[in-house]
Amino acid sequence: MIEIRIHGRGGQGAKTAANFLAMAAMEKGKQIQSFPEYGPERAGAPMKAYTRISDKKIKTYAPVVSPDIVLVIDPTFIGNINVTEGIKQDGIMIVNSRETPDKVKEKTGFSGEVHTVDASGIAISATGLNKPNVPMLGALIKITDLIPVESIEKLVRKKFTEKIGEEKTQATVEAINRAYKEVN
Amino acid sequence: MSKKKAMTGAEAAATAMKQINPDVVAAYPITPQTPVVMKFSEFVNDGEVDTEMIRVESEHSAMSACVGASAAGARAMTATASAGLALMWEVVGVASGSRLPIVMNVVNRALSAPINIHCDHSDSMGARDLSWIQLYSEDAQEAYENTILAVKLAEHPEVQLPAMVSQDGFITSHGVQNVTVYSTDKIKKFLGERKPIKALLDVDDPVTMGPLQLQDYYFETKKQQDNAMEKARQVYIDTGKELSKITGNDYGFVEAYNLDSAEYVIVTISSTAGTVKSVIDKMDNPKIGLLKIRMFRPFPYEEVARLLEDKKAVAILDRSESFGADAPIYGEVKNALYNAKSHPKLQSYIFGLGGRDIYEKDIENVFESLLKEDIEDKKRYIGVRE
Repeated sequence: MIEIRIHGRGGQGAKTAANFLAMAAMEKGKQIQSFPEYGPERAGAPMKAYTRISDKKIKTYAPVVSPDIVLVIDPTFIGNINVTEGIKQDGIMIVNSRETPDKVKEKTGFSGEVHTVDASGIAISATGLNKPNVPMLGALIKITDLIPVESIEKLVRKKFTEKIGEEKTQATVEAINRAYKEVN
Repeated sequence: MSKKKAMTGAEAAATAMKQINPDVVAAYPITPQTPVVMKFSEFVNDGEVDTEMIRVESEHSAMSACVGASAAGARAMTATASAGLALMWEVVGVASGSRLPIVMNVVNRALSAPINIHCDHSDSMGARDLSWIQLYSEDAQEAYENTILAVKLAEHPEVQLPAMVSQDGFITSHGVQNVTVYSTDKIKKFLGERKPIKALLDVDDPVTMGPLQLQDYYFETKKQQDNAMEKARQVYIDTGKELSKITGNDYGFVEAYNLDSAEYVIVTISSTAGTVKSVIDKMDNPKIGLLKIRMFRPFPYEEVARLLEDKKAVAILDRSESFGADAPIYGEVKNALYNAKSHPKLQSYIFGLGGRDIYEKDIENVFESLLKEDIEDKKRYIGVRE
C-alpha cells in the first residue's frame, strides 16, 4: 500500500488532488481511499489531504502517520511548517517550488528523495490561474509511476469539461503534461 | 450489471436511496444535514428519481413529514446527524410507536456541548431505546448495502419498525473509497413496492393512527413493539440471505475476523472495526481477533455470547459514553455473557469522542494489554490527556 500526504492551504485544492489521484487509480483497478484532514475548514489555512492506493482491500481507517510520498502544493510551507513529519526514510517529497531539490532538502532537513516543479508558474501560464494542485499530479506520476498520466487526463476531462468548458480543461491537461515533463 | 465506483460513504448511501427511489424524502437542507441528502437532492434535481423531496424547516419537521408520508402508505426516508437527530427526538419515537418503516441514514457525529461536528456515536447510541432497528456500517460499501437491506427489513409485515443505518461521520461519510454498485433493476426487484398493512390513504379501509392510548392500551402497544423487534432478528437474517444473492456478501448480526483461533478479542463497530482488522493483519498473531457488531438493535445477545464465551479476555471499544454507567456496547456485551457457560475477562475502553483520532498504535496497545490480561474494573480512555 502506498500512502500519500498532500499539503496545501484551504481552497488550493489539496482535497481535489487527493480525490483525483484516488479516482484515477480506482479506474486502473486499484483499491483506494482519499480523505482530507478533518479540522476546522478555513480558506488559506494550512491543511492536509491523504490518498491510499493498494492492490488489496484497504481495511484501515486510521490517519496516515508515515507517508511514502509527500506532495507540497504551497511553496511557502518550505522552511515554515513541518512537511516531512513521519515521512518514510526512503520516501519521496515533491514540492511546488522554483528552487532546486537540493535547496528544498537544505531547508527541510529531509535527506530522502526530493523533486521540485514550478507548478504555480506552469498553471498560470497555461490557465491564467494559480491552481497548481492538479498539475502537481503530473509531476507525481512522472516520479512514482503510480498510474499512467493518461488516467489523470481522462479524469480531468470528465470532471472539468462541463464545469469550466473545453478550452480551460484542455489548458489544465497541458499544465499536467508540462509538470510531468518539467519536474526536477 | 454491477459497477465499480469511487465515492464517499455519504454518496454511497445516497446511491442506495436513488435505487430505492422512495416516494418521499423529507429533510432539513442545511447544517447539521449530511452530504447524503445533498447528493440525493442532485438526483431529484436531475430527474433520476421521482421522489417527492420535502425541504422542511427543522429536523423535527423532517421526521414529522416522514411520519405523515409513511402513515399515508408511502416509502419515506431521511438522513441526519448529531444535533439533527437530537432535535427530531420526539418524533423519532412517534415513528416507531406508530410502527412506520421509515429508513434514516445517520452520519454519526458528536453532540453539543462543547460544539463539535466530528465523529462519535453519541447521537444514534442515545437513540438506542427508541425502538428503531440500528445497523452500523464499517465502510461505504456497507452503508450502501445496509440502506437497501434496511428498507426491506423495516417494511416486513412482521416487523413494521423504522430503521437507522449509521456510518462514521467524516471518516466514512466524506472519505472516498471503492464501492460496487449493483444493478438498479435487481435492487428494485429485491425491494418491490411497499405494501403497507394499513394506510391512511386507503379509503376502502379507514383507520386511525396515532390516537390517544392511556392506561387502557399504551402498554400493549409498547409490548408489541418489543415483539416486533424480536421478530426483526430472523427477518434480518432471511432478508440478508436474499440480498446476498445479488451482492455475494454476508449479512450476519456480527462479523467475526480471525476469531476462531483467537483468545483475545476486540469488540467494536463501524470504521474502527476496519482499523482493528488492519492491525490484526500486521500483528500476525493467531491469538487475537475481532468481533464487529453490525446490528445493535435488536442486540444479538446469543451470537455474541456464543462467540465470546470461550475467550480469555475481551476489550470493548465504545465511541460514545453512558455517563455514570457502562458504555453502550460494553454494557450489552456484558449482559450477553451473563448466561454464558463461561466468561472472558472484560475491559471497557472509550475512544474517539468528538472525532479524536484512533491510530493503529492505539489498537495495538489494546491488544498488548489484552495479551497480558491487563484488565481493570473501570473504563479506560484511549488518548485522553489526564
